[in-house]
Amino acid sequence: MSAGLTASDLSCRRDERDLFAGLSFSVRPGQVLLLEGGNGCGKTTLLRILCGLRAPDGGSLSWDGAPAPNSDYLAQMAYVGHADGSKKELTALENLRFAQALAAPGAYTLEQALARVQLAGFDDNPVQTLSAGQKRRLSLARLLVCAKRLWILDEPFTALDRRGVALIESLIVAHVAQGGLAVLTSHQDINLPQVDLQRIFLDQCH
Amino acid sequence: MAFFPASWTRFFHQTASPPYFYALASKLSPWLGGICLALLAAGLYGGLYLAPPDYQQGDSYRIIYVHVPAAWMSLFVYVLMAVMGGIALIWRMKLAEVMLISSAPIGAGFTFIALVTGSLWGKPMWGAWWVWDARLTSELILLFLYLGVISLYGAIEDKRNAARAVSILALVGVVNIPIIHYSVEWWNTLHQGPTVTKLDKPSIHISMLTPLLLMALAFKFYYALAVLQNAKLELLRRESGAQWVKNLLGAKT
Amino acid sequence: MSLSQAFFAIVVRDLLLAFRRRAEAANPLLFFVLAVTLFPLAVGAQPHLLQAIAPGVIWVAALLAALLSLESLFRSDFEDGSLEQLLLCPHALPVLILGKISAHWLVTGAPLLVVAPLLALFLGLPQQAMATLWLSLLLGTPLLSLIGAIGVALTVGLRRGGMILSLLVLPLYVPVLIFASSAVDRAAGGLPAAAQLDVLAAMLFFGVVLAPLPAAAALRMSVN
Repeated sequence: MSAGLTASDLSCRRDERDLFAGLSFSVRPGQVLLLEGGNGCGKTTLLRILCGLRAPDGGSLSWDGAPAPNSDYLAQMAYVGHADGSKKELTALENLRFAQALAAPGAYTLEQALARVQLAGFDDNPVQTLSAGQKRRLSLARLLVCAKRLWILDEPFTALDRRGVALIESLIVAHVAQGGLAVLTSHQDINLPQVDLQRIFLDQCH
Repeated sequence: MAFFPASWTRFFHQTASPPYFYALASKLSPWLGGICLALLAAGLYGGLYLAPPDYQQGDSYRIIYVHVPAAWMSLFVYVLMAVMGGIALIWRMKLAEVMLISSAPIGAGFTFIALVTGSLWGKPMWGAWWVWDARLTSELILLFLYLGVISLYGAIEDKRNAARAVSILALVGVVNIPIIHYSVEWWNTLHQGPTVTKLDKPSIHISMLTPLLLMALAFKFYYALAVLQNAKLELLRRESGAQWVKNLLGAKT
Repeated sequence: MSLSQAFFAIVVRDLLLAFRRRAEAANPLLFFVLAVTLFPLAVGAQPHLLQAIAPGVIWVAALLAALLSLESLFRSDFEDGSLEQLLLCPHALPVLILGKISAHWLVTGAPLLVVAPLLALFLGLPQQAMATLWLSLLLGTPLLSLIGAIGVALTVGLRRGGMILSLLVLPLYVPVLIFASSAVDRAAGGLPAAAQLDVLAAMLFFGVVLAPLPAAAALRMSVN
């Protein structure tokens, strides 16, 4: 039995062309997988397949040796996509509390998580009053208040300034140091010191 | 799928593969068309010429030879669509999706014919073009269900997604059809409207019944023919990038 | 966290959201009142005529008000990504959707129960039919939310899903409309209406059990 996420022979078609085919990889505890490739190469689509929002046109996924996505996998996987997934009429704290209610509570309390992503003092601000970067950090704070082993992050650094980027990088480093896994896409160069980093380049487009 | 023998499964997968199905449909079409025309000729001859006039309605009853088969087909096609939808959802079979969406306009056509002929029949019988009769009302709601399927499929751009959506909708619709049918029937008896359900009685004479059954069969064959033509087009549209389509089109030009 | 906690978290969140968007949440109710008010203006204010059409008018208005409110069930969740998060929840999706439907009914359906007797009074519906009207709305309006949820789930990904939504949902509302308005009609004529209410109750039971399943499948399709 192999711990972690294994993808074998994944393929995906869209509009009569292959976005990717025969894609196999595995991510072990303590590893980070970085997906690279230009726009329209299927990075987001691959992430959505990995989290089970979309079925692959071929191939399969397994998590800790069992076919995924199953409820065990969903319980241990967190996804942060393009959309923040926060309700704009609710406050930062209310959004986090709701996220926690749908999962197992993580290592951080709600207030600690807000402080960790430098949103301390914004607890009672409705999300619609936050800036784009603050919303981004709030959605990443969800990862801290829920106990999730696998983080799937789609462009986690968009809308963040340099300090924000460094902050998220340090969160990822700390996560994998404790045996967590992460799969992410990024347009920017990222700096993850002492991390077992795998790269996959999706280049079948055009 | 362990409960099917392996040979069956192989048969289904082979038949359901687009190139094989396309060739099979092309081969079957002339036969289906021929049988349909023969049945149609026999049914119309029997219904319009051989069958005696009705002792109450005279010759105007003869519209049943179009109305009743169309009404039967309208329900039959919807149920078939729901079955295809179930297959498409469970086994993700592309051909079932294609058959489902190819059936919808044909079913809507049958429903429309049933409505128009029903209302034409109503004029001599009740003196009005439209009467809120139970069967006609159910038929009208069925037409809305068909239009829902067609417009939902048209509105969703990703066609695989659209096929999933209409599969779900067809299944929801088929569960609701009996409920709608019985509630409309009950509503109708409550308000004591007129009724066309005379034909449900087994008292119909054999010389009238035989042409009716012939016509019903002819409609079935017509449906089979039309759905195969639609499905062929839909397959070409969907698989336009596939090698077999390129070969096919290359061979023709 | 357990399934029931997740269910209640969803109900509480959606109620809170509705409270924060009070003005928007009140729209269906206002529409209901306005639509009913139009009828006496259109058909004339003869008491016997209004009394005869009252059950139908109230129920058609309730149907249209429900239709108007349906989009809010999943639209904003779809747009801000909350729906994806809901789908990735390890819990049974149909139950979570039932939570959303319950909150939706509490916000849009339940208020109709409060104003409907008042409107019935305006239309001259006899006193003896009030209880039946109220019961028919109590059993019928949740069904409107349940059936409607399937329609919204199918169309939420579309930019202009509104017209299609009414085409999908209204035919499925027919049985509810028939049984509910005829129950009120019979009660107004002094006849027993228990049978119709029983049928509505049975439909509600099946609706609660069955409707979230296709809605869940349709949401997965829409998010795809």
